[in-house]
Amino acid sequence: MTVLTVPMAETGTVSVTRRARVLRRLRRNPLAVVSFVVLLLAGVIALLSPWLAPYSVDQTDFARTFAPPGTAGHLLGTDDLGRDVLSRIMLGARASLQVGLLAVATSLVIGVPLGLAAGYFRAWDAVISRFTDLLLAFPFLIMAVGLAAIRGASLGNAAVAIGIAQIPGVIRVVRSDTLRLKSLDFVAAAVVDGASDLWVLARHILPNATSVILVQATVAIPAAILGEAVLSFLGLGIQPPAPSLGTMLATAQQFAARAPWAAVLPGVVIMGLALAFNVFGDALRDALDPKGDRR
Amino acid sequence: MARYLLTRAWQSAVTLLLSTIVVFVGVRALPGDPALALAGEDRSPEALAAIRQHYGLDQPLPVQFAQYVERMAQGDFGVSIRTGTPVSSMLTTALPVTVELSVLAILIAAALGVGAGVLAAVRRGRPAEWLANGLALIGLSVPHFWLGLLAILYLSVATGLFPASGFVPILEDPVDNLHHIVLPAVILGTGLAAIIMRQTRSAMLDSLSSDYVRTAKAKGLRPRAVITRHALRNSLIVVVTVVGLQLGGLISGAVVTEQIFGLPGFGKMTIDAVFQRDYPVIQAVVLLTAAAYIVINLLVDLLYSVIDPRIRVTGEPA
Repeated sequence: MTVLTVPMAETGTVSVTRRARVLRRLRRNPLAVVSFVVLLLAGVIALLSPWLAPYSVDQTDFARTFAPPGTAGHLLGTDDLGRDVLSRIMLGARASLQVGLLAVATSLVIGVPLGLAAGYFRAWDAVISRFTDLLLAFPFLIMAVGLAAIRGASLGNAAVAIGIAQIPGVIRVVRSDTLRLKSLDFVAAAVVDGASDLWVLARHILPNATSVILVQATVAIPAAILGEAVLSFLGLGIQPPAPSLGTMLATAQQFAARAPWAAVLPGVVIMGLALAFNVFGDALRDALDPKGDRR
Repeated sequence: MARYLLTRAWQSAVTLLLSTIVVFVGVRALPGDPALALAGEDRSPEALAAIRQHYGLDQPLPVQFAQYVERMAQGDFGVSIRTGTPVSSMLTTALPVTVELSVLAILIAAALGVGAGVLAAVRRGRPAEWLANGLALIGLSVPHFWLGLLAILYLSVATGLFPASGFVPILEDPVDNLHHIVLPAVILGTGLAAIIMRQTRSAMLDSLSSDYVRTAKAKGLRPRAVITRHALRNSLIVVVTVVGLQLGGLISGAVVTEQIFGLPGFGKMTIDAVFQRDYPVIQAVVLLTAAAYIVINLLVDLLYSVIDPRIRVTGEPA
């Protein structure tokens, strides 16, 4: 029995030191710290934006349309209807993050079980691969076009379209990690011990696959944020008058000659959000890389 | 090799059939009577009955599906509700624009991406690498339709260097055609370039630390020859892989880019169709995109086995 307990105790300590090592590496990477702070700040602002925003997003002021940034009372100016740009950017960023999280949640809920099944059960692999091929054949914009034609354009449908388009990526990384983990001794030991397939998947494989899932999610969120902006810009996503960074840019395009700044700010915010996620995702992947500080 | 080709072709055929079923079902999930949608202005009972009969809408579903596949295979996508012209003739004018835009964008992306990726790998830990990495991260994070917007605002409208919108067919005036399409192609290509750059850099770092490169260096080959002749060979695979994987993104990107620059391509046709509820056009667009995606990916996989003989043995990209 002692022989059995000793390795188990060791695995426990190994996982604790591994988490500590990952956190230490993240803390020592200035880019990781900066991007994390930016994301934290964006998250807090997005959560509190209904209370933080200086104006209501629908409050028009036709006496003051196209006020440039720096105008008293309107830090970032006003739009074609005299609405406060800062307030709309705050609420728009909130919508962007909502779509990002909703889309990635959709892709994980469907993609993770399918990836586990494809990697673990040989018989399912071929069927799930065909399903993945099928999903890939409909690029996200085409999927969104189809969904908008059938169900109408909305924030929810945009998030679903983006989420479905991200499923293949999730299946791919989870499948390959499951294949790797399945060949390791501790899984074989659990199987010999009489554990059911479901138990092995839930208790041994899924917990060890979380790091690849986490990295996949951090690159999928910025992609979803960009996707939402594109769809809303085209009129296939969030519908006016609800604030969205994409629709703000679409309006700005019509009035670009009169108010060029309106075409710049929402784009900078979208890019900032996506960049922070991408930088943090890179740092996280490096920190989780067992090969250490190679890159 | 033949076995691999057959398996891949068979898989593609299955996917193509499945996607046709998805579109077929999707069209039937559209709100309202499809005959009403197809009828457009003339909604008399006789006209509706004629449409039902022509499109077999009075037949059982499996028969409808068989007829549907037959019509699609013959290139009969119906008639646009909005313009009354056959969808197939709309496609023949729109597709060349999109194909030209995409091919040009891929070429620009490959040149930029491979160049920056090699530079970043060779100049490891120096300012050149940081610059290339930073630009790639920004390229991944920037909304490209916004870049396009800014380009129109600051390059076309302000300086008049490029036309802000419009298109001239390449057969009419090749120079003017290029003038209209180069800016959209650069904008569309930058996102792809960022992905190619990151993959190239990573592949180059791997091969630069490999034994065969060390051997090449040890036998006294000049560094430039080591890089171009040995390490860089893999980057062709990288470009093909990225283009294959990012094809969906490229198609989506082309749709948006065309919309911004007012190019009369596939994408603009798609977006216009959604807003005008031009269902025959939407259906054709969705089905053709899926078919194009499947066929191009099959070709990419076949191209792999030509470029990298190892794949013929394992059946999977190395």
